[in-house]
Amino acid sequence: MNSEKIFRYLLIGSGVLIVLIALGIVTTLFIGAIPSFKEFGFGFIYSADWNPTQGRESYGALPFIIGTLVTSILALLLTFPFAFSISLFLGEYFRNGKLPSFLRSVVDLLAGIPSVVYGLWGFYALRPVIIDLGLNAQGFGIFTSSIILAIMIIPYASSLGSEVISMVPGSLKEAAYSLGATRFEVVKTVIIPNAGSGIFAGYILALGRAIGETMAVTMLIGNSNKIPTGIFDLGNTMASLIANQFGEADGLKYTSLVEIGLLLFVITGIVNYLGKLIMKKLSA
Amino acid sequence: MKKFQLLLTAIIAVTLMTSCGGSGKEKAETITGAGATFPQPFYNKIFKNYSSEKGLVVTYGGIGSGGGIRSLKDEIVDFGASDAFLDDKKLAEMPGEVLHIPTCLGAVVAAYNLPGKPELKFTPELMEGVFMGKITKWNDAKITAVNPDIELPDLAITVVHRSDGSGTTFIFSDYMSKVSADWKEIVGTGKSLLWPVGLGAKGNPGVAGTISQTEGAIGYIGSEYAFAQDIPVASLQNLAGNFIKPSVESVSASAKGEIPADTRVSLTNTDAVDGYPISSFTWLIIYKEQDYKNRSLDQAVQTIKLIEWVIGSDAQKETTKVHYAPLPEAAAAKAKAVLSAVTYKGKSLK
Repeated sequence: MNSEKIFRYLLIGSGVLIVLIALGIVTTLFIGAIPSFKEFGFGFIYSADWNPTQGRESYGALPFIIGTLVTSILALLLTFPFAFSISLFLGEYFRNGKLPSFLRSVVDLLAGIPSVVYGLWGFYALRPVIIDLGLNAQGFGIFTSSIILAIMIIPYASSLGSEVISMVPGSLKEAAYSLGATRFEVVKTVIIPNAGSGIFAGYILALGRAIGETMAVTMLIGNSNKIPTGIFDLGNTMASLIANQFGEADGLKYTSLVEIGLLLFVITGIVNYLGKLIMKKLSA
Repeated sequence: MKKFQLLLTAIIAVTLMTSCGGSGKEKAETITGAGATFPQPFYNKIFKNYSSEKGLVVTYGGIGSGGGIRSLKDEIVDFGASDAFLDDKKLAEMPGEVLHIPTCLGAVVAAYNLPGKPELKFTPELMEGVFMGKITKWNDAKITAVNPDIELPDLAITVVHRSDGSGTTFIFSDYMSKVSADWKEIVGTGKSLLWPVGLGAKGNPGVAGTISQTEGAIGYIGSEYAFAQDIPVASLQNLAGNFIKPSVESVSASAKGEIPADTRVSLTNTDAVDGYPISSFTWLIIYKEQDYKNRSLDQAVQTIKLIEWVIGSDAQKETTKVHYAPLPEAAAAKAKAVLSAVTYKGKSLK
């Protein structure tokens, strides 16, 4: 055995291990979800019932699927203007110097704050604002969660964008300038077409992060297991529901939670796949 | 190259060594329990005392009653802790015969946040009305009729309940189902429920925090959490018609009645004249046959010693310091009798 060989086996081993773990997770979810699927079939996806009382148990995932998608997409919409500006600022307008590097560290810092701290901040600082604005009587709800999520995912949405924007070939930009383009026109006609797919990839990453966020959402969404009537209403998301309920779950409830986990996995997969499709279109 | 091999061997050796701690040791070093959060402040306090007195480490994880039951079912703990006793169906699902040992009594209180912290009285009808969303304003005529000398504000009622499954919810809904036909019909009894109104917060601390931060909120929490955060709690009208404030005495009084030999009894809606109506025992649960998962005899002996100490006078004295009520003598005697049934490999430990 020489070190070359050992190193090679180590690398192969770790690669295979990761694939096995991923497969293992999916298999476990599948097996765990079978009893629930047998009981409710596809109705589970569009049923709005979540009644855990013994003797009347019936479970459906619709309120949580809606809650998850609405909070995440709303968060992405709220993030977009800020993330895009940061990307442009750091990738094109001010690449070097004290201020940009300071801004870069601050944005990176946002990614490092634990989600429970975001939740706390939302609970004590953001809620009174929401109450004063009269959006929701208790300051909880989908909108509140989305604002927190939006702040949480800014780093994911902006850092990749600024990378790709800074990698747009200088010669292209020079060419546009020499034809008399203004800075704004360069951004519009050269940078965005060139870096579009990369910028978009950052948003997909951010969306995935928002879909899976648990703790901060649990603290702010109000955990109401009904279909929300609007963005200022209380709701619940799939991740938050699992985190809240699995500790006491057994039998049908347990398997329903596993099925929700599986659906969450599938939804994240679909989002990523759609993202890849759109990226292909953009870079074509 | 040599380094690699050494490193690998070391890693493998370490993982092997750490993966089989705990069980199979001759001498017990730690006793592990997990479960209910409702009595956790009490357990934290007394287990710390026990560890410093006896030099034996007791670790307790507050993961919820259901989690405690599951941990015992999976045989990964020496004892579980639950606020709801296991019904016959649940007992049958366990791999071995399970014993319930009551450790103390606690109250679930209706805690609220109103300007000026008035002391409210609640009847069962009001409880039903508020927690089912039939009464939506604090100055509703139904509330003012019961509290004529309190100026109640024109403020929306925000019901706060648990978002996670919990023994506290079980005790609360057990009471509500006894006093309200509508509640029994529509909501029922359980550790997590389909709530007609309100918002959910995680854990007793989460509900307490949400109430204290939200004007007009009302929710149910373990009494300790209300006292610790200085949140006002309502007096409840009991079966005898008296308005009772939750206190050590009124909670103790609820356990005056007949207790079955296995101590599995619901004390809610007690008929004791001075009893607080949402009181409950909280239990430690253990296997009658202590020889499981190749536990050593010493591990079994130490577990039983610990639980004996918990229901003994030293630990029971501590209950009131954290707003729980000690076991009445009759209940403590019953608990001791239950403990004496424990065996190891079929032999009594007594």
